[in-house]
Amino acid sequence: MYLSNRKLDHLRSIIDEDEERYRLLEIVGRGGMGTVYAAEDTLLRRRVAIKILNPPFAESESRILANLEHPGIVPVYDTGRLPDGRPFYAMKLIQGARLDQYCTQPHPLGERLRLFEKICEPVAFAHSRDVVHRDLKPSNIMIGSFGEVLVLDWGIPAVVGTDGFMAPEQDRGTVAADVYALGRLLMALVGVDAPKSISAIAAKASAAGPEMRYHDVAALLSDIARYLDGEPVTAYREGPSEWLLRQIGRHKILIGLVAAYLIMRAALIFFTGR
Amino acid sequence: MNKLTIGLVAGAVLGALDGMTSWFTPEVRDGIMGIVMGSTFKGLLNGLAAGAFARKVNSTLAGVLFGLVVGLLLAWGIAAMQGKYYLQIMLPGSIVGAIVGFATQRYPERRAAMAAGK
Repeated sequence: MYLSNRKLDHLRSIIDEDEERYRLLEIVGRGGMGTVYAAEDTLLRRRVAIKILNPPFAESESRILANLEHPGIVPVYDTGRLPDGRPFYAMKLIQGARLDQYCTQPHPLGERLRLFEKICEPVAFAHSRDVVHRDLKPSNIMIGSFGEVLVLDWGIPAVVGTDGFMAPEQDRGTVAADVYALGRLLMALVGVDAPKSISAIAAKASAAGPEMRYHDVAALLSDIARYLDGEPVTAYREGPSEWLLRQIGRHKILIGLVAAYLIMRAALIFFTGR
Repeated sequence: MNKLTIGLVAGAVLGALDGMTSWFTPEVRDGIMGIVMGSTFKGLLNGLAAGAFARKVNSTLAGVLFGLVVGLLLAWGIAAMQGKYYLQIMLPGSIVGAIVGFATQRYPERRAAMAAGK
C-alpha cells in the first residue's frame, strides 16, 4: 500500500505523541505477567497505572479487560507498545490496600463477607462473558479508598497460577478453577476462627474435585447471602442446638418484642385485673 | 409477600390475639367479640400504615419506632372513646404496633433469593 510523505509524517507524529504521553514514576507492582508502574498521563494530566507486559505475553489481557465493563474490574484507558516492542496498557490507578494487607487488620466477620461478595461479583460477571481469571489471590484484589473492590490481573494463561490458590485442574482454565480460588480466598479472608458454616462454604468451594464444588460463583454467592441472612447454608448440615441458636440470633428483636409484650400483659393482668 | 400484605396480616393476627387477652378480665369477658373485632381493625390500620412506611423507608429501627407510635396513637383513640383503661389499652397496643412495624421491615427481605437470581 502506498502512503504519501504527509500521511507518514502524520503517523509518526501520533506514535511520538503516544510515546511521550505517559511518564513512568515508580513501580507499584510486579508479577509473572509484567510490571505495573504509577505514571503521569501528560495529555489528560492525571495519574494512571501502566502495565508493561513481559515478552511472552501479548496484548490479550488489555483486550480482555477492555471488554469487561464492571465496577469491580479496573478500566483500561489506552494500549500501545514501547519503543522496544513490549506491549503496555494504561488503566486506572487504584489508591487503596491489597486484600492481603486488609486481612492483617481486624474487621468484623460481616464486613469481610460483604467484601467477599464484592470480589465474587466481577468474577461471576466475567464468567458470564466466558472469561476465567485463573489467578485469583489476595494480592490481585484491591480495596479502593471509597470501599470499592477491584479484581486485577485478568487474562493470564491457564498454566500460570499461584500456589495455595491454584486448583488441581488449573491447566484446564475452567470456571471451577476460579471457584476453587474463591474458596481459598474466603478462607484467607475469614481466618481459622470462622463459624462452621462459613468454613464449610470455603471447604466446599475449594474441594479437590471440581464436581464437589459449587457449580458456579452465583451458587457460592447464594450460600454467603444465606449465611448473612441467618438462613441455613447448603454446605453445612447443622445440629438441633445450632438450629436453635441460629433462630434466636436471627429473630432476636422479634423475640425481645414478644417477650416484652407477654411480660407487660402478665403484669397488667396481675396488678390491675385487666 | 409484599410489605403491605405482611403489615395487614401481622396487624390483623396480632390485633386479634391482643383482643383475646381481654378474656382474662372477667368484667369485660361478655363483650369479648366486640373487643376482638375492634382490636383486629386497629391492627389492620396499624399494619397498613407500617406497610406503607416500610415501602418508603428501609430501616428496622425506624419501622419499629413508627409502628410503636402508630400503635400508641390508635390505642389512645380507643381508650379515649371509652374514657378509661388508658394504660391497659395503650401499653399493649404500642408493643403490638412495634412488632407489626418490625415484621414489615424484616420479613419481606430475601437476599439469598435475590443473589440466586430468583
